[in-house]
Amino acid sequence: MKKYRSWAFIPDGEQKSVRPPWADFNLGAFSDVSDSLLAYGNGRSYGDSCLNVQGTVIDSRSLNRFIDFNEETGVLKCEAGITFADILAIIVPKNWFLPVTPGTKFVTLGGAIANDVHGKNHHADGTFGKHVVSFELMRSDGDKLLCSTSENSNFFNATIGGLGLTGFINWAEIQLIKIPSPFIKVETTAFHGLEEFYTLSQEANSKHRYSVAWIDCASAGKNFARGLFMAGDHSDKPANHNKPTKAVQAEPKLSIPFNFPKKALNRYSIKAFNALYFNKNSMMSAGTSYQHYDSFFYPLDGIGDWNRIYGNQGFYQYQFVLPFDKKEVLEEILNKIVDSGLGSFLAVLKEFGDIKSPGMLSFPRPGICLALDFANHGKVTLKLAEELDKLIVNAGGAVYPAKDIRMSSEAFQSYFPRLEEFKPFIDPKFTSDFWKRVSKGNKEETS
Amino acid sequence: MSSETAVIFGATSAVGQALSKIHAEKGGSLILIGRNTDRLKATAADLRTRGAPQVDYLVSDLDDFDTHEELMQQIKKASSDIAKYYFFYGTLPDQKECEASWEVSQKALTTNFLSAASLLTLIANKVEKETKDKANRGIIVVTSVAGDRGRQSNYVYGAAKGGLTLFLQGLRNRLHKTGCSVTTVKPGFIDTPMTSDIEKGGPLWATPEKVAGDIYKAAQKGKNEIYTPNFWMPIMLIIKNIPETIFKKLSL
Repeated sequence: MKKYRSWAFIPDGEQKSVRPPWADFNLGAFSDVSDSLLAYGNGRSYGDSCLNVQGTVIDSRSLNRFIDFNEETGVLKCEAGITFADILAIIVPKNWFLPVTPGTKFVTLGGAIANDVHGKNHHADGTFGKHVVSFELMRSDGDKLLCSTSENSNFFNATIGGLGLTGFINWAEIQLIKIPSPFIKVETTAFHGLEEFYTLSQEANSKHRYSVAWIDCASAGKNFARGLFMAGDHSDKPANHNKPTKAVQAEPKLSIPFNFPKKALNRYSIKAFNALYFNKNSMMSAGTSYQHYDSFFYPLDGIGDWNRIYGNQGFYQYQFVLPFDKKEVLEEILNKIVDSGLGSFLAVLKEFGDIKSPGMLSFPRPGICLALDFANHGKVTLKLAEELDKLIVNAGGAVYPAKDIRMSSEAFQSYFPRLEEFKPFIDPKFTSDFWKRVSKGNKEETS
Repeated sequence: MSSETAVIFGATSAVGQALSKIHAEKGGSLILIGRNTDRLKATAADLRTRGAPQVDYLVSDLDDFDTHEELMQQIKKASSDIAKYYFFYGTLPDQKECEASWEVSQKALTTNFLSAASLLTLIANKVEKETKDKANRGIIVVTSVAGDRGRQSNYVYGAAKGGLTLFLQGLRNRLHKTGCSVTTVKPGFIDTPMTSDIEKGGPLWATPEKVAGDIYKAAQKGKNEIYTPNFWMPIMLIIKNIPETIFKKLSL
């Protein structure tokens, strides 16, 4: 047995696995020998949605072949275990780009569909699922379903954002977007307080394809909710850029070689980091600059295994969205985080637009989204997260399953109102540790 | 060397695929040889997208010696200027089954030694006859650390790979004057479907990508022999030098 973990380390059990080398494998044969199955991609989900500790995971990483790339239309067909890093290495030199990308390029195509990932262009382009043309879904009874908006569209809608529960995605076809160069023209503005953020975000979103803000979750008083707002667009290569365009970074240059000791990250070191980051960047990078897409979209990919800075005990990532008219709740949540001193230096604020995803269990919806890490301090951290859950449930918001390890089944049902519609499409042999948890105590339990 | 054409015997093996990817990304063309049409087709499509200007594939069961001449004709038809010939195919037989059945042993020796020896004979004759500059010509064959010394746990496989290693030494000597290099590659444990029945993990296991990277570099330099990963060199040096009177008592 090999070690399969999620990105935040916390579930740490032994995980049985199989790794099919070719896409012509027989899923039915696997389901005969194991109680339950789940696809495993590149392990970038933070919580337990990518694990199936009592059953078997199907490691998709050998299924990483390009099947077809139409350089005229930008339609790309690949096996689902290919990573975004592999895709970018091929498409960017031909002036194409991923329609939507999360903050790491080390996710697989199948994982991006199963979690219906979003990016800095949600307001302009919606989620990743919106750009999926078709895919093949393997079911444990041996069926292979071709799914698109016109064929098996129910399975298509259930599988996008379906957390891997509907079967194994074997290959997928996506529509890429055309770009003039690998560069992004970025405008950076410092802000103080949420009101300033809302104003900046609304202005920017009508003009720019990408927008995102970094927000300080550690400072109170006059520095409360200060941050840096970044708006970006694909652009031509800047004229003064004489250096040869660097190749896409397939492997991180730096790597965290070991898990940090337990006390390395604390209230003081995080506060110091935030102050340093804000002051350095608000002075140095305010205004217009050109960034290579790799540093604009994937700043953390440059540091391999960055999750190790949280040490052996791992960390919690908490990401939620609140409707636009619940801004006072966001303020309340931020206050709680600041007071707790548990907030980390990786807090990201982003406005979601109203482009609807086909996915029944898709997480993004119109509103304001905040993502941050909490170092794992055991009960204290869990208690804070539960308090935040309550506020989010009451406000009609949602927490992101791909980053969750602890939400209750009641909270899950409140976040995903189309749950009942989704359930009939779950493969009877498929489950995950996440699903076992959130479907517990649910009278129509499917797993 | 971009734009070189390489022939890959065993193109659907894990290391064969990894090496082909590197070759394609450098802009080289490929001729893939394997048994399974669908898998060859999938591999060819992948390599074209990754940058190979031309990828052909030929379906062949290499255990069938009678088809080797015909196969060489087809390879010649696909490209008149082949720079590299890579051999990646092989099987890992169960030693106990080999002991119980000569048929199993014979099949292992056929696939892992005789088949390659037959193809290498045809390739060497072709290379000798070619009039083009042969400076970038190379024949690269994967044998195994198991061929360095016979051990009770896998001596049938070891004999096949050891025999192939000796064959390559002779071939290297013979082709030296033509400029064509012959590279013997001795990998240790590789995490591939061929070894899926073995408990894995620990520092001795290498990925196909790591091994393929080492092989590509060795081929470009026209090296004689490499161990991959290279920590196997000192390990095998020790194993080769244990006196037989002691070695025969060990359970390795």
